[in-house]
Amino acid sequence: MSDFFSITTSILFHGLAMAMVLYLISVGLSVTMGLMGFVNLAHGAFAMAGGYTLVILMKQQNLPFGVALLAAIVICVVLSLILERLLYRRLYGGDELDQVLMTMGLIFASVGAATFLFGPVSQSLEPPAMLRGQINVLGREFPTYRSFLILCGALLVTALWLGLERTRFGAQIRASVDNLRMAQTLGINTSQLFTVAFALGSGLAALGGGLGADFLNVGPNYALEYLVYFLIVVAVGGLGSIRGPFVAALIVGVSDTAFKYLAPQYGAFFIYAITMAILLWRPRGLFGQSA
Amino acid sequence: MTDLSSRDLLGDRKAVIDAFARRHRFKWYEAIPWLAAIACYFLFESYHALGAQIFATILFALSLDLLIGFAGIVTLGHAAFFGVGAYAAGVMAANGWHEPLSEVLVAAIVAAGVGFASGLIVLRTAGLTLLMQTLVVAALLQELANKWSSVTGGSDGLLGMKIDPIFGLFRFDLFGDTAYVYCLAVLFIGWLIARNIVYSSFGRSLTGIRENTNRMHAIGAPVDRRKLVIYTISAALAGVSGALIAQTTALVGLNTLALSKSGELIIMLVIGGIGRLYGAFIGVPLYMIAQDRFSQIDPIYWYFWIGLFMIFVVVFARGGVLGVFERFNQRRRSR
Amino acid sequence: MFARATRAILLGAAAGIAFSAAASAQTIKIGVINSYSGFLAQQGDEMEKGMDLYIKTHQANLPPGVKIELVRRDDGANPETGKRVAQELITRERVQLMFGIVASPVGAAVAPLAGEAKVPLVLTNAAGSAITRISPFVVRTSFTQWQFAVPMGEWSAKQGWKTAITAVSDFIPGHDAEGAFTQGFTQGGGKILSALRFPPANPDFAPFVQRIKDAKPDVAFLWVPAGAQASGMLKAIRDLGVRTAGTKIVATQDLVPDEELPNIGEVGDGVISAGNWTSTSDRPANKAFLAAWEKEYQGKVVADFLSVDAWDGMDMVFDLINATKGKFTGDEAMKFFSNWKSDKSPRGPISIDPVEREIVQNVYIRRSEFKNGKLVNVDIDTIPDVKDPWKILNPAKK
Repeated sequence: MSDFFSITTSILFHGLAMAMVLYLISVGLSVTMGLMGFVNLAHGAFAMAGGYTLVILMKQQNLPFGVALLAAIVICVVLSLILERLLYRRLYGGDELDQVLMTMGLIFASVGAATFLFGPVSQSLEPPAMLRGQINVLGREFPTYRSFLILCGALLVTALWLGLERTRFGAQIRASVDNLRMAQTLGINTSQLFTVAFALGSGLAALGGGLGADFLNVGPNYALEYLVYFLIVVAVGGLGSIRGPFVAALIVGVSDTAFKYLAPQYGAFFIYAITMAILLWRPRGLFGQSA
Repeated sequence: MTDLSSRDLLGDRKAVIDAFARRHRFKWYEAIPWLAAIACYFLFESYHALGAQIFATILFALSLDLLIGFAGIVTLGHAAFFGVGAYAAGVMAANGWHEPLSEVLVAAIVAAGVGFASGLIVLRTAGLTLLMQTLVVAALLQELANKWSSVTGGSDGLLGMKIDPIFGLFRFDLFGDTAYVYCLAVLFIGWLIARNIVYSSFGRSLTGIRENTNRMHAIGAPVDRRKLVIYTISAALAGVSGALIAQTTALVGLNTLALSKSGELIIMLVIGGIGRLYGAFIGVPLYMIAQDRFSQIDPIYWYFWIGLFMIFVVVFARGGVLGVFERFNQRRRSR
Repeated sequence: MFARATRAILLGAAAGIAFSAAASAQTIKIGVINSYSGFLAQQGDEMEKGMDLYIKTHQANLPPGVKIELVRRDDGANPETGKRVAQELITRERVQLMFGIVASPVGAAVAPLAGEAKVPLVLTNAAGSAITRISPFVVRTSFTQWQFAVPMGEWSAKQGWKTAITAVSDFIPGHDAEGAFTQGFTQGGGKILSALRFPPANPDFAPFVQRIKDAKPDVAFLWVPAGAQASGMLKAIRDLGVRTAGTKIVATQDLVPDEELPNIGEVGDGVISAGNWTSTSDRPANKAFLAAWEKEYQGKVVADFLSVDAWDGMDMVFDLINATKGKFTGDEAMKFFSNWKSDKSPRGPISIDPVEREIVQNVYIRRSEFKNGKLVNVDIDTIPDVKDPWKILNPAKK
């Protein structure tokens, strides 16, 4: 019995840590897709940029963890604003195919750019000393960094929720997701809203990519390698919501971990199977807007 | 081509009939790719191996064009059918069945089967969900091929393929002569099939589905069934292409099912031009020859340049090479 | 077909390419097939640097008037591309030797061509055991998974460790490593508690590592592809405190390749691995190699086993050129390679098994530890002259 309890605890713990990273990276994707209907496959590239910046700043400039993380977010937000103005903007409301193609191109360019800037060797994050090792909670050892990750994730989720439910900006976003034309008629500056939401989403991706670099190693192929995971979270969760991707990330993170622990030989099959099943049951995702 | 049909509807009846009668007649420029391919056989003797791979890949891109360009089914998992075809032919060749043409046939049937079965599931959805579903199907198959290594050879690749000479006469030689002619011939047949589909009333209804699914439903077209049919046909053609690559390489690897394979194929098609039937004939050779050249100069940054080029095509040169050419032509005519 | 006639001439030439080219000019063309792009680009780079460095430092030793010319081609880690570039190297470039190849599937795709054209293929990585069996024109200077994992298993059993868990990446090299370790360990009297396999593109190792920790074996044998996965795995092991719970970590050199050690950091301290080259060995040949490396690349890149395997491969080629004054056919080259022996290698005495055309080499048991603040691998035991155990277990069918 205590065995069962201990196994459940570790599955929940690691699943939660994984879920937090997936959520941080994917939530921006979900919101921008819901808002603008933009299929941005290159979203993972922002997470990669965040991860690289964090790791490089810590290793080469010896910046402290917090400062480097902040810098990574700022750099990614700026980068995303430039790309939004230069490229994304041109395809808003356009053909879905064009969006897929353009962002596919961005992914490939990001692979080349990362190889050029950082070489083919992938980088991993070395957390600061105080976050290494294990902490003891209620007589059980937990890895410190992952505990920190879960805590961070929980705080951010709460903040995002409050932000979307309680602020004017949040209300505008919700309104625009529900009905874009109506929102425009009501005088909401949707163009500006898009830009801000896009930048926010990229910043969150950078944060997720940075914090998650502990186990999602950042290498040149990052955007392609983990694309499936991000898309699964968004598609399963449903577009345009904050809650949907969270539940989806929890399902993906915890069930993936559980199956890897309990039946490692079928690890990768399961995650795909459950995605198929959920999408068949609810094609618009768990919390998607019905058409 | 789409604006042609809208004009037809407005015009008088005779013009419509004429247009329909002329539509599927062969035009002189449709001979260009084939003449060029035959000329290249003699001009570039030492590039036959590359040529054979280009032809097989054109067929693969052509099958994707039927889906994306004509039926509007945006998929990220087309490599699934390519890989299934490659493995079908490969497993036969490695287990005692060495006749190449029957292998291609079986590959087409198996890939069509997988296309039909997965089409039943994934085609119910659209947009992002469809994208996801197709991606997941390919990922599942890749995982299966990896797991089932006693049959597929897993990540080491499928070894021990033996291929008999074609018709018992033409051996797959070191220079790729046979492969060149063989792939070209199969591509020609594949192209005839694709061309017939596109110019048939079935093909027109696909374009209708792409442009406005709801309206096609409203006029009573069996939308779901037609989508499934084209998905199955396209899968079969992709399977044939996979079989060609398997036979000319005499090895099948897990990369035949990879996401990057689907992604690269889309890029090639986009460069040539989507939904034009000939985009594949321009995009694939451009991409593969450029890659072959690049790999001798600066292979590491290949992806960077191709990515930039892709963005450029989508944002500034819509419709790829053919699209630019069409616009140029239109401008000249309107002058 | 006009082309047929010219083809007949060319085909005739293909068999005798080596001879005719060598006779006309004393330039020996070597086709290098490497993964410059794709997911193995990092490994390809290490291999390339080892090869280039050897040529640069030994060019002067070639017989007078003899030069070598490298024709480099990228296989992108794709078998079909690899086969095509090999075809082109043979037919268009008329190379006399083919050299390199990181990925096993590429090796398997190219090997039959080597036999058909009688152009020897020197594999300097591609570690799939069966590849050298495909054609008598293939020779390998690198290693196979079995070569490391069997000795690692036997050595672990000798330490008195009774129980083990294997945890490997779920594809062929991983399966090889699992089978080989199990063989070595159980024959030495050990018991395998469970065999874990995780997906090749696995983002999070914690669930698997947790299983290892919960099972409390004496020793855990790990195999993951060298690179990012390796440091991810080790990190999970540290974060979960597996070693403080008393489990030893053993692996093949893929877990702790030299160029990843700075990335791995203190997590790697105490890991025991089996490999064919240890950078800290004070063999004179090794010191000379490292000095040349340092001079050329000035600390920007760290040499690893791929670099050494390619260095030795080129050494074998140079020996051939020197012995024949640059005039050799494919058959003569293979005969020379099959009986090649060397004591000049940075990794100690090596030779080629004449029957299997497979490297025979010392396997070193190393421990990763900190020296002068840097994590390095240090030899703690040597198992001399190891032949590929897979080939002994699976005799060639006659």
